[in-house]
Amino acid sequence: MEPIVVKNLTKTFNGFKAVDSINFTVKKGEIFGLLGPNGAGKTTTIKMLVTLLKPSSGEAKVAGYDVVKQPNMVRKNIGIVFQEPTLDLELTAKENLDFHARLYGLNKKRREERIKEVLKLVDLYDKANLQVKKFSGGMQRRLEIARGLLHFPKVLFLDEPTLGLDAQTRRKIWDYIIEMKEREDVTIILTTHYIEEADKLCDRVAIIDKGKIIALDDPENLKKMVGEDVVSLTVNDPERLIDELALEEIRKIVRIEDRLELSVVKGEIMIPRMVEIAQKVGVEVKSVSLRKPTLEDVFIHLTGREIREESGKNAFWRR
Amino acid sequence: MELQGIYILWLRDLKRYIRARSRIIGSLGMPIFFLAFFGMGFRRVEIPSLPQNITYIDFLAPGIVSMVVLFTSTFSGISIVWDRQFGFLREIMVAPISRTTISLGRNLGGATTALIQGLIMIALSFLIGFKPSINGLLFAFVFMFLIAVAFTGIGIAISTFMHDIHGFQIVINFFVFPIFLLSGALFPISELPKFVATLALFDPLTYGVDGMRWAMIGYSEFNPLYDLAALLIFCVTIVFVSAALFSKMEVE
Repeated sequence: MEPIVVKNLTKTFNGFKAVDSINFTVKKGEIFGLLGPNGAGKTTTIKMLVTLLKPSSGEAKVAGYDVVKQPNMVRKNIGIVFQEPTLDLELTAKENLDFHARLYGLNKKRREERIKEVLKLVDLYDKANLQVKKFSGGMQRRLEIARGLLHFPKVLFLDEPTLGLDAQTRRKIWDYIIEMKEREDVTIILTTHYIEEADKLCDRVAIIDKGKIIALDDPENLKKMVGEDVVSLTVNDPERLIDELALEEIRKIVRIEDRLELSVVKGEIMIPRMVEIAQKVGVEVKSVSLRKPTLEDVFIHLTGREIREESGKNAFWRR
Repeated sequence: MELQGIYILWLRDLKRYIRARSRIIGSLGMPIFFLAFFGMGFRRVEIPSLPQNITYIDFLAPGIVSMVVLFTSTFSGISIVWDRQFGFLREIMVAPISRTTISLGRNLGGATTALIQGLIMIALSFLIGFKPSINGLLFAFVFMFLIAVAFTGIGIAISTFMHDIHGFQIVINFFVFPIFLLSGALFPISELPKFVATLALFDPLTYGVDGMRWAMIGYSEFNPLYDLAALLIFCVTIVFVSAALFSKMEVE
């Protein structure tokens, strides 16, 4: 049995399709990522899967249960870490976990053992009796992840697990998530708009844009869609240069403002040729860079836009 | 039944209450000053409908205790709005327990903290010169409990309509205060003009205050059994209504 099966799932808000007939299946034990810009429909999808929102049409099964017909069975079998914090700041870390364990009906013995276990997993055991309001953002996040795991869920949902955290804390959270996947018998589905996060953590990634899944594969295969190398050229007249660069070796060109993103096979050989062409037609090249494709390039390749353009704006105040 | 769930919600309310020491003290300030200054200022005032042998402070103290219970319980009910604002409500709402259980747990938790506040107020009123019947305190406790449960329920019901804390001041000034002033806590309702006195009969706190007064000083405007019945019916209705409203509430 697959932990998550989604069929033609749709959510409409006042005529606007936030999620538009998406299909995917998450395999047991994997980390599955939903990657896309803010407003792409990731969180709406998650909210339907965790029974907080009713789908407009389509169906979804989580841990074998229908999210509309058996919401309580779904809830028993999932753990959730929301985008915004959901801890009681007045309570201690341990009390927050105890509260959760009792809500999920764990008995006393199991409760005590398990609280200790998950606190150790996220390195907060020595902070167990500290009020959560004294925790840093990263510590709160870790505690929430521990709490999500507390009641032995079959599926764990992480909605933007590192939103608003600094880079160093973000990496630490990733380590915890990877460790968790190795040690616990749990399937993880996460949403993110951080490219690196999807790439480092996920076994498979669904790229979602405007309510639709536009690609779904493991990160390596997704990147192969773009090609071997990506050359980025910033120039003063991009339109002019596009016309001139109709070379066989250039698989695809995407223009973002005054920048051209080119998918090529041997970037280091292509760069001098492209610069030469630009000079010949009188286009000024301001900067050049060469890189291996990232999931960002996959998104650009598919949509002609960047994921990042609208991300991160709200990041610092959320957490 | 999901007793474990009710218990932990109750325990959480209690823990939060105990940790907010400044709020405990702060919220008792106004009623203490009410009792002390009204008690002093109206010490020699004769209220026609009040028997001669009852001093104003003895008359007033049960009303002020009711006030403390009223305010504390309504606030605890409304504190669900804070939980929504701080996100914690979501943690509760996605748990595999029924909304009714959640509502009952919050109701009992809020009522318990209101009861404790009421008891502290009784103890403090001793210091100001209130001399109640000690045996009667047990009955007073029953009335306090019913007031507490009923108004926590009202608070929960209000919280399902409020989406942020901005409406809080409106609730205090246009709901909680009129309920308090109409209840006969400060003066016998028979002193009010006829129309207003009739209005007071629709104020559930009227029966709470009257019952408390009967229990503590042996004076009441109605039959205490009548007070008890009226308050009980109100209380049970509100518990059901608030649970139903809470179940329908949308939390995303």
